[in-house]
Amino acid sequence: MISAFFIYNQKGEVLISRLYRQDLKRSVADIFRIQVISNTDVRSPIITLGSTSFFHVRHENLYIVAVTKCNANAALVFEFCYRLINIGKAYFGKLDEEAVKNNFVLVYELLDEILDFGYPQNSETETLKLYITTEGVKSERALKEDSSKITIQATGATSWRRSDIKYRKNEAFIDVIESINLLMSTTGTILRADVSGQIMMRAYLSGTPECKFGLNDKLLLEKDTSQKGGSRKTTNAVEIDDCQFHQCVKLGKFDSDRTISFVPPDGEFELMRYRTTENVNLPFRVHPVVNEIGKSRVEYRITVKANFSQKLYANNVLIRIPTPLNTANINLRAAAGKAKYVPAENSIVWKINRFQGQSEVTLSGEAELSAMTIKKAWSRPPISMDFQVLMFTSSGLLVRFLKVFEKSNYTSVKWVRYMTKAGSYQVRF
Amino acid sequence: MTSLRAADIIFDTELYQTRILPVINASIMAVSKPRFFTTTKKGENYELRADLNSEYRDRRKDAIKKVIANMTVGKDVSGLFPDVLKNMQTDDLEQKKLVYLYLMNYAKTQPELVILAVNTFVKDTDDTNPLIRALAIRTMGCIRVEKIIDYLCEPLRKCLKDDNPYVRKTAAICVAKLYDLNPDLAIENGFVSILQDMVSDSNPMVVANAVTALAEIHEASSTKDIFVINTPTLTKLLVALNECTEWGRISILTALAEYKPVDYKEAEHAIERVIPQFQHANGSVVLSAIKVVMIYMRTIRNEELTKQLVRKLAPPLVTLLSSAPEVQYVALRNINIILQKRSDILQNEMRVFFCKYNDPPYVKMEKLEIMIKLANEKNVDQLLSELKEYASEVDVDFVRKSVRAIGQCAIKIDEASERCINVLLDLIDTKVNYVVQEAIVVIKDIFRKYPHKYEGIIPVLCQNLDALDEPEAKASLIWIIGEYAERIENADELIVSFLDTFRDENSQVELQLVTATVKLFLKKPQSTKNIVQRVLQYATTECDNPDIRDRAYIYWRLLSTDPQAAKAVVLSEKPPISVQSNNISGSLLEDLISNISTLASVYHKPPETFLGKGRFGADAVQRRAIEEQEEASRESPIQAQTKSNIENLLDLDFSDPSTLTTSPISTASGSSAPTANVDDLLDLFSGSNITTSPGQSSSTHQNNNLSNDLVSLF
Repeated sequence: MISAFFIYNQKGEVLISRLYRQDLKRSVADIFRIQVISNTDVRSPIITLGSTSFFHVRHENLYIVAVTKCNANAALVFEFCYRLINIGKAYFGKLDEEAVKNNFVLVYELLDEILDFGYPQNSETETLKLYITTEGVKSERALKEDSSKITIQATGATSWRRSDIKYRKNEAFIDVIESINLLMSTTGTILRADVSGQIMMRAYLSGTPECKFGLNDKLLLEKDTSQKGGSRKTTNAVEIDDCQFHQCVKLGKFDSDRTISFVPPDGEFELMRYRTTENVNLPFRVHPVVNEIGKSRVEYRITVKANFSQKLYANNVLIRIPTPLNTANINLRAAAGKAKYVPAENSIVWKINRFQGQSEVTLSGEAELSAMTIKKAWSRPPISMDFQVLMFTSSGLLVRFLKVFEKSNYTSVKWVRYMTKAGSYQVRF
Repeated sequence: MTSLRAADIIFDTELYQTRILPVINASIMAVSKPRFFTTTKKGENYELRADLNSEYRDRRKDAIKKVIANMTVGKDVSGLFPDVLKNMQTDDLEQKKLVYLYLMNYAKTQPELVILAVNTFVKDTDDTNPLIRALAIRTMGCIRVEKIIDYLCEPLRKCLKDDNPYVRKTAAICVAKLYDLNPDLAIENGFVSILQDMVSDSNPMVVANAVTALAEIHEASSTKDIFVINTPTLTKLLVALNECTEWGRISILTALAEYKPVDYKEAEHAIERVIPQFQHANGSVVLSAIKVVMIYMRTIRNEELTKQLVRKLAPPLVTLLSSAPEVQYVALRNINIILQKRSDILQNEMRVFFCKYNDPPYVKMEKLEIMIKLANEKNVDQLLSELKEYASEVDVDFVRKSVRAIGQCAIKIDEASERCINVLLDLIDTKVNYVVQEAIVVIKDIFRKYPHKYEGIIPVLCQNLDALDEPEAKASLIWIIGEYAERIENADELIVSFLDTFRDENSQVELQLVTATVKLFLKKPQSTKNIVQRVLQYATTECDNPDIRDRAYIYWRLLSTDPQAAKAVVLSEKPPISVQSNNISGSLLEDLISNISTLASVYHKPPETFLGKGRFGADAVQRRAIEEQEEASRESPIQAQTKSNIENLLDLDFSDPSTLTTSPISTASGSSAPTANVDDLLDLFSGSNITTSPGQSSSTHQNNNLSNDLVSLF
């Protein structure tokens, strides 16, 4: 499996180097620097030189690199690199050169723990934090008392949860966060519209709670109604194309009867991810009219309409309208929000902080172009949007219930929030 | 001016410091700054040695950290071995780990001194704290010094039977480490058989690690009888599968993939237990589960069930496309394989493969491949408008591949050929140089597939003659002119226009010019006699390239002895071409399915081609390849030779330069055609000695050995 693991900064200096197997020498790090970091034309995240393969992921100003000499499981190696990044974020807030340099001892400790002989081991942040801590002294004391408990947890069936959690007030918060992806053609037809959703949970629950979670999942509801023999129409149900769960969810149970049951980790975690493509509600419609007049001028008239309920509003709406590379000057008139030309990004950036549902705004403007010798036509990259709409789901997904069962039978309070934000929301023109 | 210089100096010293101490704790940085300049006299190691032997605990610990920092940047600190070792016996777990880290790196350089550490290790494996027991056994396994192995056996035996699962799971991996170092010892001491028993452990993580270790030992063993799954183990593994960590699941799934179910019932049952893993958040678990299902499906006879399974495979494959780009890339390469086995799997899902503007180039290229595979009459309009859009992007390679994809659509779907031609004409209209050239190359293929259907557009193509500067595009247009000479009024003028620069052209263009002129002559003998003579004269007397010379000679003799025969040969019907959407041969495909999610599946090559034990392995592969090639030509020397000649005569070499060279690797695997296939990426990567997926072009193989030597040098 993984023979060596390196972290480089952008200059190619080795910040972390850990060998797991003897089939490589430390100097293999130099080869990666020469072949990848100093090479401007790298077109693959995997590179094999001789029989040595380098897998790399770029994160912030770092290169995270795993090296192997065997026919390694490539998906596993990349997932592992991303797991390391997430662990780093959980420990240091941000995994960048600064964080790695300041915590290199801890990074080595983590690498020793989560990878043994090149095989990934337990990499649950919650558990790792119990015995690998930023303050060495504290961990010492904790170890003497709890090490048995910790090790049982690290290998147990619920390796993500301590058993002795207590809260005075038992609460659970659920955030449904949807990213909507849109690709609209120049003629206004929808080429692609899909939602990738994420259900985040913050569980502050005592003991070992068994949770049951219900959505307006079409498959589940249809089965329910057919079982009860009722003819109740399931019009509000959402057809989920596919979903993935946190490892606490009992997959076998979901597969057999589509119920989502689990013992949650303590604190915040991603309970599930899902994908829908049917009946996607687009929160915004964009009507771009962009005309190139001769070779010296481009006229813009962009209309954006909010399609959601009047009671709701969108935050931080940002519309990026590309301009030709040889733009010299731009005049803009925006009915709402602020619009300005950002030469560095070759685009007009139009910001609207608060966008009421059902309202419509227009931006018009003209770009003056400087003369160019190159004949090549403007490639017209798509207009892209960024936004957040609270209490709105593009898929129509709703949380029907969250039930918590615990031995001590305490009552718990549950909260649900919904949000739709832009994933890759692009309109061609 | 002076102030500027001062600033430069400050910057310089900073740079110097960062170079020497790129990794350093902020706190040490503060302390070490003043000391930094004094160290120049006696050397840094001298200072460190003093600190390592300091009476103050903090100072010692900081010194160890600094040693590790130096080790990381590649400085030799092996000289401090005894001094670091002194700090091993400590209550501070962090310090202990640092010393262990140092030990693992330098044990080999000081085998005599490692013995000093043994005592502490052995004592630690008896510690009351299971974390320390595990740490000790884990580290001991990593110290690859013969002398320490004798001391490893007893603690390892104890740890394998430890009450604590955390210690057991660590010990399980340690057996694999020991086997790697001394296989006989691991077997004689019964560790391997203990490991086999551990597959039945009550703790799922111990099971997973035992499976991991056994699989590795099995792979390395010569007898291949270490880890053979039978029906009872299968049941145990399926139970553990649902309970262990994500990585453990992958180990178990990988082991399951090696198992061959006894009958379809067992396969069905196992599949049923594996399918829930499709919902796992970790993409590599999903791919591993898909692998098992794809393999076990071979055993299933029930067609209805197979259909159902195929339906169930689609959603998780699509979901993988929302993972990180690198995982997406692996997934796309695997989808490519799966589609060749089960072409109906993602029929209605083409839209999800549409490229996003900001996808990394390697993802875009793979998405294009898949879109072409999924193209059919129903979705071709959508695909064409999408491809047209891509053709206006900035990345030249991607644009070219998109244009090429339009051509592939035309060849694949008869009904769509006209629409494809129209899109290509629109693109030629943009006058973007590389788009025009690529379009012409592609149109040449469309002419091959649908002869005498689209000649009407030839004038448009000829208008762009001046814009062509790439050999392939030029050769394509010349081929078109030669092929349709009777319909192009000024064909002779066009050909003549190339002749003036004949000398400077690429050999590909020269070959085409020779052939096209001969075709022109055969079609319009009266007016072109001079031209053909001039070309043949030049090609036979002044040209250095033997291919061109030989071809010209053959034409000349044909023409002079029997013009009718020349006509029959040169103007013969060409075999039809088809788009090679399934470019992997059957046996390789099955091999790749067994390797889903691994490097082999990314490269679309059997693992032995890019692995090998060190450089000797790589050499052996090549030697074997050459031998097999020789053998093949010995068996049918005539066939082999005539084949290549006919190819030349019939212009078959036209489609792609890479089809000409038969890769030695692929001959070895018995699948010459598929690997050397029209994989446009091939062209991109060949030339540099970096083997970038998806596939080494044959020409890089030589370089491979070179770079492999380089790797081994370090």
